Amino acid sequence: MEYNNEYNLDLYPKKLHWKEGDLNATRTTMWSGPGCHEGCQVIFYTDDDGKLVKVEGDPNSPFNQGRLCMRCLELPELVNHESRLKYPMKRARDERGQDTWERVSWDEAYDIIEENVRKFQKESGPESIISMIGTGRNVSQVIAHNQYANFGGPDLTLCFLSGDSCMLPRTALCYVVMGNQWVADMSQFREKRYDQDEDWVVPECIVLWGTNPVVCNSDAFLGHWIVEAMKRGSELISVDPQLTWIGSRAKYWLRLRPGTDAALALGMMNVIINEDLYDHEFVEKWCFGFDQLKERVQEYPPEKVAEICWVDKDELIEASRFYAKAKPSTIQWGLAVDMSKIGTQSALAIADLAGITGNIDNPGGNILIDQAGGLEFGYNSGIEYLKEGMVEKRLGNQKYPLKKYGFTASSQSDSILEAIETGKDENGNPRPVRMLWIQSSNPITNMGQDAPRIYRAMKNVDFICVIDMFMTPFASACADLVLPCAMSNERDCVRVWFDPIRSLTKTGSYFEAKEDEQIMIDLGHRLSPELWPEWVQTPRDYMNWRMQNAPACRYDSMEELEDAGGWHYHPFRYYKHEKGLLRSDGEPGFNTVTGLYELAPVLFDSWGDDPLPFYEEPPSSPYRTPNLAEEYPLVLTTGKRSFEFFHSEWRQADTTSRELHPVPYFDIHPDTAAKYGVVEGQWTWIENQMGKCRQVARFNATLDPRVISTEHGWWFPEKEAAEPELFGVFDCNPNNLIPMGENGPSGYGAPIKCSIAKVYPSTADNMAAENQPTYQVTRGSGYTHGPSHKTDTPSFYDGIE
Amino acid sequence: MTRGEYGLMIDYEFCSGCHACEVACKKEHDMPRGDFGIRVLTSGPYQSSDGEWDFDYLPMPTHLCDLCAARTAAGKLPSCVHHCQAGVMVYGPVEELAAKAKKAEATTKAQMVIFPR
Repeated sequence: MEYNNEYNLDLYPKKLHWKEGDLNATRTTMWSGPGCHEGCQVIFYTDDDGKLVKVEGDPNSPFNQGRLCMRCLELPELVNHESRLKYPMKRARDERGQDTWERVSWDEAYDIIEENVRKFQKESGPESIISMIGTGRNVSQVIAHNQYANFGGPDLTLCFLSGDSCMLPRTALCYVVMGNQWVADMSQFREKRYDQDEDWVVPECIVLWGTNPVVCNSDAFLGHWIVEAMKRGSELISVDPQLTWIGSRAKYWLRLRPGTDAALALGMMNVIINEDLYDHEFVEKWCFGFDQLKERVQEYPPEKVAEICWVDKDELIEASRFYAKAKPSTIQWGLAVDMSKIGTQSALAIADLAGITGNIDNPGGNILIDQAGGLEFGYNSGIEYLKEGMVEKRLGNQKYPLKKYGFTASSQSDSILEAIETGKDENGNPRPVRMLWIQSSNPITNMGQDAPRIYRAMKNVDFICVIDMFMTPFASACADLVLPCAMSNERDCVRVWFDPIRSLTKTGSYFEAKEDEQIMIDLGHRLSPELWPEWVQTPRDYMNWRMQNAPACRYDSMEELEDAGGWHYHPFRYYKHEKGLLRSDGEPGFNTVTGLYELAPVLFDSWGDDPLPFYEEPPSSPYRTPNLAEEYPLVLTTGKRSFEFFHSEWRQADTTSRELHPVPYFDIHPDTAAKYGVVEGQWTWIENQMGKCRQVARFNATLDPRVISTEHGWWFPEKEAAEPELFGVFDCNPNNLIPMGENGPSGYGAPIKCSIAKVYPSTADNMAAENQPTYQVTRGSGYTHGPSHKTDTPSFYDGIE
Repeated sequence: MTRGEYGLMIDYEFCSGCHACEVACKKEHDMPRGDFGIRVLTSGPYQSSDGEWDFDYLPMPTHLCDLCAARTAAGKLPSCVHHCQAGVMVYGPVEELAAKAKKAEATTKAQMVIFPR
């Protein structure tokens, strides 16, 4: 926009290091920890002791263009935080949950790990060792390479995230449909952005489906790119149970009932196909399964869909027409798509919607991605080192074809939890889980569903090692060894998530915290020296080694990339399916079984699954379980994001994040609050058949009165680490109310955003110590329970036939 | 610099309420907890009688805002302007800002306010 400011680029030279007054400036990339999904270019200002003093956005950056979010701006608070983990620490296994940590040297820590790994490998096979990762943290490459090369086990998973319900359902589905995955095109894969990119077209319509992009910035997509498109004329359709700020700027807001995404997309396709608004040329030339899809959408007329989704029929029809007629249209989808039991089917419905309107790999549409330079810096790193037959042993593989046939790089968390509990795999064969390696995840705080169940199951695991920045509730409750990891500014690293490739340059260190890469390398030379070149001793060596082994990568060393400015954009081409750029045989088409964009994937058909998208009620809902809904009448959605936090991070009481956002809030319509005697600002219990938690009521008149929306990731580092306080971790956790193991036919998806609950105000009577969920879990039965529960061990299936 | 000569212009049509300006300011001036040089005010969401939902954020400088005098003297932008994620804050002479505001209001969806300092 013409009124934008111009940065004085003389003060931000395209150099790696320079002096600014007393401070040393380093231009680099921020990529966790603390975490996020981006990788913005920043200037770190450090003093002569290497202490991080200040962070600024790099105005040269095509990615974030000088701008930064509040968490990077307050970064020195966390980097220099007194309560960070400073040294490796061990604790006797029978003292889990107590604050009896003992400082050890790194050598001793490595000895403990080596001893355990060798013992479990020998006694139970390497498959008894499982690695688990959080999201967004820059360890996806490290944890995979460490697991496969150093430990030798096949299981790597998102840490107890039921149904892998974060991006992976959409990604796996996309690889079946199009042999690739799409994202909304905001010119992000070009070094010249927006109007400066001659090929890019401003989308006429942007659908925000189950995402609030300016807050959540998910999956390597900076949400404010959408704002730039809005300034240039894009109109929005917001598919969201509540009116977000960006939704308030939308042409259409479809306030769907949580978990009904598939029905909505099928209803939109009903309008678009029956009114002949689909892209005939793209469908005839590039799509497979249109006739079947056309037949299926007849089951979803707008009247019926409006009733299922709680949306207005006319709005649904008008929004469908607008989406189909706009050229180009694009969809930016989010986590909410994954977080229902039919997450894969919801994703299929939305992928089909984009397909039939021909918005595939077109400028301003939904573009297919390239992984920068062909670098595998993700979950498959080091998989070539796994022994033959090992991948097949992945837990859950025999149950779920999508997993079995390799449309995923991770194992299914729910199957792993069951193996931990039963000692058996999904076929009933013995499968002890002896060791968990948990790198930057805090599953009883946010990532795992049924958090108390995870807590209980950990008692079955012989050895748990946690690598993190702080003493987390999970580490305090369950770990035997904790290792302090370096933060982003303390790492030398190369990172890829789509494009561009970026370098991270180390500017300091904190006590004995080590880079995740260093821990992997050190363990590698101890555990499997035959797989580690002698010269690979530092993270920088490691990056150089990996780059040299990637034929398509034009850089042989981190230094070259740093010298080139710290990032590199590879050529991005539109309409790759027309140009033979997607298939290994070089023929036009998509990299699928039929070579087409499969609206009805033939693989699903061959596996005996329904190849077409369908809608199914969530496992607990006002319609599926009406009797249960009499007791728990509200639809409960979870995980509402806020600017201040990334999952369970930034909760330390003295941070600016907590200053701006001191307590957990849940959103409730004022009429609903009045009905249940809840006043604004009041601690309120949220309870269903399986458990309870409490959050502070915040009125939100944009919600359907039948829906409440909760936050996730809350713990209170200002409280005691030891049990029974355990940082208050279960007190406010909505995952107490969400099951594990309720997954769709693909193994993906879980009802994380579409459960049911009731609310009642906190009172002196129900706020005593024995009523608090953390106390109940750690000192009582291991469950949370409230007045509506008939036993001390309530279950999701209580009251469900 | 004469008081009132320079100021901040904000297009609150596109302010997402992300708090980057608040935190950039606090950090630039090393402010203690509870102090702010700029605050993001919230209006709404509420439904007007015509059925439209109103939902706006507006960053408002406080008495502690000095327009980042030290930064601007060194040739940098005020930290809030530099980091604004939505790119809706402009620093400059108030008369120039007024001309820009007039043009933006006339040709785009912008909703402008100017804070002279």
